[in-house]
Amino acid sequence: MAPRVGVVIFPGTNCEHDAILAVQRLGASADLVWHGDTSVSGYDALILPGGFAHGDYLRPGAIARFSPVMEAVAGFAASGGPVVGICNGFQVLTEAGLLPGALQKNRGLRFLCTTVRLRVETSDSVLTSGVAVGTELAIPINHFEGNYTCDAETLARLRDDERVVLRYVDNPNGSVDNIAGVCNEARNVVGLMPHPERASDPLLGSVDGSVLLRALLGSATLSGSGETAA
Amino acid sequence: MADPALFSVLVEVRLREGIADPQGATIERALPALGLTGVTGVRAGKSFRFDIAAADDADALAQATVVADRLLANPVIEESSVTVHPAGGSA
Repeated sequence: MAPRVGVVIFPGTNCEHDAILAVQRLGASADLVWHGDTSVSGYDALILPGGFAHGDYLRPGAIARFSPVMEAVAGFAASGGPVVGICNGFQVLTEAGLLPGALQKNRGLRFLCTTVRLRVETSDSVLTSGVAVGTELAIPINHFEGNYTCDAETLARLRDDERVVLRYVDNPNGSVDNIAGVCNEARNVVGLMPHPERASDPLLGSVDGSVLLRALLGSATLSGSGETAA
Repeated sequence: MADPALFSVLVEVRLREGIADPQGATIERALPALGLTGVTGVRAGKSFRFDIAAADDADALAQATVVADRLLANPVIEESSVTVHPAGGSA
């Protein structure tokens, strides 16, 4: 059965329809999940898409993390469900403590809107399952606060556990250790600054994002069938 | 129990030492244009002012600290300081 993807929206989210279309075209069904909802049951995977939740006021993701839906997202993640935060969604997941570290302002003071090259660093995450380590992908970024940072101890742990999921080939924003995406310890929650949904059709200049989204849907199918069996 | 009084709170949030501050660095680089060449170590931050109804100073400080730690600052990259004093009218 086609996996069912919930795309979580906050006031100011603006990439939700791109995300829905991209996963639908890969055979999934997808619906919007409102930030005020208190349940995410019935979904096989969740995407927190890009945008400017609550205007990015205070800090990106700082207000959104207190949305009622975030408790449901945390519960879904704790039970092993695949969760992917893209750009602002990544920022929300770090603020919520579902992923380590924080996203700071870009080192170069510019809002960056460009296609970057990424290197897949592990095949062991819900977003890169089945994708060979070393695969290079061309996927757009679109952010002002994408400069990933964490303390030295956290960075060492991320490296030791191979939880850096994606690295920039040419670091555009000053991210520590060229990090573009990381996952949690259980490897079912992934955050990344690049936008795979914007590289999901030849008309967009790249279909490399579909490699990641297809892997996510594969993980969702596994997770979904697991839930049914349980 | 005593009636709650109103307290004024000031929370200052700044980046932790060692965390790069592109905004502060940019401000610093602009200062020579004003003829000021001796300014160094510029760090940008945020300040928040609000009032809290609380039983006493300690209660106000405890509540304000929750606001600062849980919402206003991200402990991964920022630290905060909280000061509390009785609001002007009710002192």
